[in-house]
Amino acid sequence: MRSRESLFSRTAAMLVMGVFAFYILLPVWWLIVAATKDREQFTGTNPLWFADFAFVDNVRELLTYRDGVFLRWMGNSIAYTGGAALCGTLLAAMCGYALSKYRFPGRETLFNIVLGGVLVPATALALPLFLIFSYVGATNTFWAVFLPSIVNPFGVYLAQIYAGASVPDELLEAARIDGSGEVRTFFTVSSRLMFPGLVTIFLFHFVAVWNSFLLPLIMLGDERLFPVTLGLYTWNTQVNQLPELRGLVLVGSLLSIAPLIVAFLLLQRFWRNGLGTGAIK
Amino acid sequence: MKARKARTAHKGAIAFFVLPFGVLFALFFVLPVGYAVVQSLYVVERADMFAPAKEVFGGLTQYGYVFSDGPFWRSVGRVLLFGVVQVPVMLGLALLTALLLDSGLVKAGRFFRLAFFMPYAVPGVVAAIMWGFLYSPNLSPFTSLTQSVDLLSADVVLWAMANVVTWVYVGYNMIIIYSYLLSIPTEIYEAARLDGAGPVRIAWSIKIPLVMPALVLTTVFSIIGTLQLLAEPQVFRSFSSAVSSTYTPNLTVYSTSSIPNFNLAAAFSVVLALATFALSFGFLKLTQRKGLR
Repeated sequence: MRSRESLFSRTAAMLVMGVFAFYILLPVWWLIVAATKDREQFTGTNPLWFADFAFVDNVRELLTYRDGVFLRWMGNSIAYTGGAALCGTLLAAMCGYALSKYRFPGRETLFNIVLGGVLVPATALALPLFLIFSYVGATNTFWAVFLPSIVNPFGVYLAQIYAGASVPDELLEAARIDGSGEVRTFFTVSSRLMFPGLVTIFLFHFVAVWNSFLLPLIMLGDERLFPVTLGLYTWNTQVNQLPELRGLVLVGSLLSIAPLIVAFLLLQRFWRNGLGTGAIK
Repeated sequence: MKARKARTAHKGAIAFFVLPFGVLFALFFVLPVGYAVVQSLYVVERADMFAPAKEVFGGLTQYGYVFSDGPFWRSVGRVLLFGVVQVPVMLGLALLTALLLDSGLVKAGRFFRLAFFMPYAVPGVVAAIMWGFLYSPNLSPFTSLTQSVDLLSADVVLWAMANVVTWVYVGYNMIIIYSYLLSIPTEIYEAARLDGAGPVRIAWSIKIPLVMPALVLTTVFSIIGTLQLLAEPQVFRSFSSAVSSTYTPNLTVYSTSSIPNFNLAAAFSVVLALATFALSFGFLKLTQRKGLR
């Protein structure tokens, strides 16, 4: 009786998960298949199965189109994102650490302002940032996108939690007795203890910047400064006039998501553990 | 050691830790907000058609325009409708799959976790382009569906975008809820199981109440995301003429700023930021009482 019931629930559970997996994976499968087809076969053949394998030719066409502007976009994205996420994680770690480990006047206020910052979404800031940067005449530059992307209040919030959970106060006392300075203790001891948490902060900061769209859209006019999302977007708006762009948009989309998916596969344990923390504490 | 109101120790180190973030936060978070507020209080005036434009203080004039701007409020109504439907559906699916993963009934849990989380790595722009192709009547693999129902028509396109947003974020929310479930000690379920409660009963009466904090967090983030909807509608403008340049509040901000009417766009921005803040903060306060420990 019991086992039959459990067989039924097992089958039902697997069925639900299977249908759901189908929904999630189908668009990506379609994209992969579409990226391997040449222009003629894109419409005439089964959209969910391979025809003649033209992936290499498609990639070559993409990388050479307009003097390789796509590669430049990928490079820009990596520079904006990698740089901002690295700097942002370091600054968030330091600030969160101070909030967790020291008592100082204004600490509560700072914490509340930062928490308020979490609730003010990046897109709401894009236009105000544009106004500031145009005031100093710095729109349409690398820095106009890079500098604002460094600031990550949610990272500070998470770092504060990680520091509280992974760096024991006794250890800091011991380091003080040994004569180690506060800053040195942070870089040699505390930051190592916080490291898994910091990777999580880095990962989510990376995704947020990689996906950001309004800020570059509003700031940048020069195509050579575009991140890859903005580049693909502009191509997509031109598909009706230049049909050859359709294939390039699809292959470019696939290439632009591949690095992130690979990074997430490799760094699983960090996002799995880290995602829970924000909710638990 | 724990002197009452002693002088702060390690001042230099604290400044070293806090200032770099603090300065950038002030420059690129606080200052822009302040500057936008200031800009929103000005109006552009010309003596006559050929005179140079001049910015003069206009008080709350721009806010008067904001509050009487029909398309803007229609766009606010649209994203609220979107959120009221999409957020519960997405979080319901996330909760269901998280509970299934946690129930022990599912084999290959690792595969499902990875597969469901994967779309989170896909930028909104790319996800919208991909689904835009899948929806379009002559390119879609589902021509039988797309040729009978126009998914890009004015009536349906909002829900077509809701599907894109759900596709991107459902797995992310599932992982948050699932890791929260993992942190609950299993002994709690033992007693219920001994009393003969089945998996559904345990999920409904024990797990869901316990997982509430995670649901609150995911709801707040989803509310913020909904009000900020931009990349998806902006991309869909290439696929569907039903998506206007004022389809969502953020699109309104963007198209107003490219007129260019920065003062009015700044006023839109301020109203939108305040509304987002009020909604998410209100929801947090409503459901939580714990602050900084």
